[in-house]
Amino acid sequence: MNTYWNKPAETMEREDMSALQTGRLKEIVARLYRQQPFYRSKMQEIGLLPEDIVTLADIQKLPFVYKQDMRDNYPYGLFAAPMSEIIRVHASSGTTGRPTVVGYTKRDIGIWSEVAARSLVAAGLSKQSCIQIAYGYGLFTGGLGIHYGAELLGASVIPISSGNTARQIMLMKDFGTTALACTPSYALYIAETMREMGVDPRETSLRTGIFGAEPWTERMRKEIESQLGIKAMDIYGLSEIIGPGVAIECSVQDGLHISEDHFYPEIINPVTGEVLPDGEKGELVLTTLTKEGMPMLRYRTRDLSVLQREKCACGRTLVRMSKVLGRSDDMLIIRGVNVFPSQVENVLLSISNTTPHYQLIVERKDNLDHLTVLVELTEEMFTDEVRGLEVLEAKIKGELSSTLSVSAAVRLVGPKTIERSEGKAKRVIDKREL
Amino acid sequence: MIINQLSVFVENQPGKLAEVLGVLHSHGINIRAMSVGDTADFGILRIVVNEPEKVQQVLRGAGFTVRITPVLCIMLSDQPGGLFEYVNKLSLAGINIEYFYAFAANSTEKHARVVLKVDNLSLAERLISGKSESADPYQEAEGTTPNFYW
Repeated sequence: MNTYWNKPAETMEREDMSALQTGRLKEIVARLYRQQPFYRSKMQEIGLLPEDIVTLADIQKLPFVYKQDMRDNYPYGLFAAPMSEIIRVHASSGTTGRPTVVGYTKRDIGIWSEVAARSLVAAGLSKQSCIQIAYGYGLFTGGLGIHYGAELLGASVIPISSGNTARQIMLMKDFGTTALACTPSYALYIAETMREMGVDPRETSLRTGIFGAEPWTERMRKEIESQLGIKAMDIYGLSEIIGPGVAIECSVQDGLHISEDHFYPEIINPVTGEVLPDGEKGELVLTTLTKEGMPMLRYRTRDLSVLQREKCACGRTLVRMSKVLGRSDDMLIIRGVNVFPSQVENVLLSISNTTPHYQLIVERKDNLDHLTVLVELTEEMFTDEVRGLEVLEAKIKGELSSTLSVSAAVRLVGPKTIERSEGKAKRVIDKREL
Repeated sequence: MIINQLSVFVENQPGKLAEVLGVLHSHGINIRAMSVGDTADFGILRIVVNEPEKVQQVLRGAGFTVRITPVLCIMLSDQPGGLFEYVNKLSLAGINIEYFYAFAANSTEKHARVVLKVDNLSLAERLISGKSESADPYQEAEGTTPNFYW
């Protein structure tokens, strides 16, 4: 059974798609050059004119945009529409306390709802579905992104947001939820809690999971599918581009279809920046072709993936990206939240005026990510009283939690006890088996 | 009298305390008094040794986090109520005792000794030495902290 939300777009012939993308690319480059100071100066720096973009391959002439550019231009410097046209703002946590901010025009919210609806349909949902959205609502794009897509589709939406697992399970039973949208680790946690509560998932109406916002493996998929008795579908997205719905798995589950009429993907060598051919692993770079509020030209996602362009057995011609295979930087995703080791460094620096050696240990216990930060005690931080050190631990813990937006356990350790390689402390130990 | 105690950070793991003691042993350093304050994750080893500055350098050189903390040392008559008398004096003056522990006994001595960490060290010292019954401002004389405790 092949059903699509937008059959013309999702099954477009390659030639037509390329023509559509080329036209849209030229348009957005010209518009940004005309109206957006950040992009104009980037293009002027390398002597590039909108007329230089003639074919799709000319996209390679454009410079990359990095997360740092968003921070440097905080909060609205990358917006390309006046605030009177912006109807929604989302933000994600930032490494130096500055979040990265994104803005949407009315049309952008329409596009986002469209690609999210496409995603839900590709994942097997329909008007008849009852979807429980257990992604966080608020500044995070997860909750509202799926919400708008599900409403556009006409499914019944339960906007429960994340947390309060026992209640999630009660409503799931009572409301006849057929689809669950949340992070894969939270799905496993829900499964575990169901077991503890004596609820058999197979006796509920739950059939499908729409899982994303953190990397997960095939092994984890099998685990979720067997524990919950559902089909677990991977959804990909990032707020910088639009949010969830950039790409989605179909029933074939051989890669995620990118809505490439809106988001043009490239795979590059993260070191040289050179574009790699289909089938080669590299960093995913995305260009928004239609967004107005905050368009992105060649945004470095730092996610590692592989593209393949053959038509899928599901009938879609949309290019597929592999499940995200890792990161090209040191960013960690803990419970769906982006965490950089440098954030920890900044917090420690602000507390002790020195940068102690530290190490992040990430583990998955009871299917939930746990972050422990080991901090080597410096003489400046050391006090003679146990209480003083406990207060210090609590202070570090409190500031880390508020900076990282994810709770962290803190353990003070003696000097030189953190493993060094080439004199530098090994910053991250990720014990999660992803 | 006020003496200088060494405080050493020790992780609460098997073998960690032995590491510190091993360093002291290999340098022929004798511990006059000691105590450990601890939590689930770490402890603070507090020791009284002769020539604390030198020992601090030795322990630092061995990679430990060490701090010198001035504390009060009281010599008590070894009989019931000996400690009570002093502690009562301090508490009447509103001085808070953060921790205290006993010195190693010397068989030739007829006295017991305890080390106290208090929140108002100079006032406590004056009360214990009998130099003052009140909380008048007081300037600490230079070089009054002895270096040898034996």
